[in-house]
Amino acid sequence: MNDTLSLLIGLAMGLNLLALGTSRLPVLIRAVAAQGVLLGLLPLVLEAHALDWRLILITLATVAGKGLLIPYMLIRAMRAAGIARELEPFIGYIPSLLLGAGGTIAAVALIRYLPLLPEHAGTLHVPGAMALILTGFILLIGRTKAISQVCGYLILENGIYLAGLLLIRSTPILVEFGILLDVTVGIFVIGIIVDRIQRAFDSLDTRKLTALHE
Amino acid sequence: MFIYIDILLRLALWLLLAPLLPGVINKVKAWVGGRQGPPVLQLYYDLARLWRKGVVVSTLASPGFIIAPAIAWTAVVAAALLLPLAGAGAALSFDGDVLLLVYLLALARFCTAWGAMETGSAFEGMGAAREVSFAVLAEIGIITAVLTLVVQSGSIALSSMFEPLPGPGAALLAVGLFIILLAENCRVPFDDPNTHLELTMIHEVMVLDHSGPPLAMILHGAAVKLMLFSVFLAQAVLPLSELPLLISLAALAGSVLLITVAVGLVESLTARLAFKRVPLLLTIGFLFCLFPLILTWMGDL
Repeated sequence: MNDTLSLLIGLAMGLNLLALGTSRLPVLIRAVAAQGVLLGLLPLVLEAHALDWRLILITLATVAGKGLLIPYMLIRAMRAAGIARELEPFIGYIPSLLLGAGGTIAAVALIRYLPLLPEHAGTLHVPGAMALILTGFILLIGRTKAISQVCGYLILENGIYLAGLLLIRSTPILVEFGILLDVTVGIFVIGIIVDRIQRAFDSLDTRKLTALHE
Repeated sequence: MFIYIDILLRLALWLLLAPLLPGVINKVKAWVGGRQGPPVLQLYYDLARLWRKGVVVSTLASPGFIIAPAIAWTAVVAAALLLPLAGAGAALSFDGDVLLLVYLLALARFCTAWGAMETGSAFEGMGAAREVSFAVLAEIGIITAVLTLVVQSGSIALSSMFEPLPGPGAALLAVGLFIILLAENCRVPFDDPNTHLELTMIHEVMVLDHSGPPLAMILHGAAVKLMLFSVFLAQAVLPLSELPLLISLAALAGSVLLITVAVGLVESLTARLAFKRVPLLLTIGFLFCLFPLILTWMGDL
């Protein structure tokens, strides 16, 4: 079980770096979607000994929401805005890749000094969550296009979800269901906002939002 | 006495087999492109032809113009001889020979750049500047990969440091070393060996003014370097030294062939990167080598 878990989380951490290193928005959106699917499968791995229909339903809902619905809406917003590339990030691709890699390594190295439960200590679970949250922050801070920032927000949410899975035995998984619903509605709203920004400013560059506009 | 025969045999193996690899790459490219392509042995014919020709030396050039390719070729062949060959081990081995290997490759690069600058041509100076600046980034990757192997095996001698990592670490290291192999040997995403536009060339522009035997040495040295990196990659990833002698040699030859075909496929299916995107890909290659190092260093996580 731990091997599958570490493999899934390791792949998700690899997708982090893909998201940080690419300038193409479709690649970024697909990386975030694939990451959502990988993490959506985690409850099945974590609770493999006690599967029931509710768990499977929630896994299916997470995978469908993060892997199909949200990327579909983001790609639609991207097409509507007519942009496919992030051209002038605040933090360049190489610095953000190195920052992300440094953060990932620091997260893995620091796990030894955290007071974790014995069943979490030997896995990539906690460092994975920390790396995802950090990557989300780097994307949110470092990119100028609204869609990239939304992707950063999604990676951040993936990290929080991963951290939440630590408590899978003590919190009802319904809570995660509620969070997922919130995120979906959030992306829906952001999709509309992106469209409005595009119409009002003829650009998705969030730097222009600081200037007054008629 | 036996050791001399051993070294001579290895030398013959490296010198004779190396020009086969560029031929295989060109054949794969021709096959993907639906052409017949040059014969696999084309580089042998080219080398024989160049060896018989005279040398044209610019009036500006010092004797370094001829000496530099010779030193570069010797350094690459010496580096190749240091490398163990799967079950056969290394002919001569001492602690820290891996550092010698890295420095011999650096010496070869320095000499190629030196030979290019001797001509006094602006284009060749430009090519040398590009080659060296990309090499800085590629070398970080090589050193990280070497460090990974050193940490994994606890040895700094080439003959005993090829102890492949378990599972995902090996896969990551394979991808990272493959990216570095492409960069170090000036293959497609970094440089196009077939281009004829001086402004976009890197390696080829450095040898534009070379002719005759020095050019033959440069071409042969490039082939040996490609084989050296393929052998290094195969042994760093696959546990070849545990197999019986003949099987391990056959497996090594097979994986080198596989790597060569992969280079040919990459070359046929991708376009050369824009210059400003090259550092990004090299950084990715470096990260692919860095993560196995962290995995090894952290132990079993």
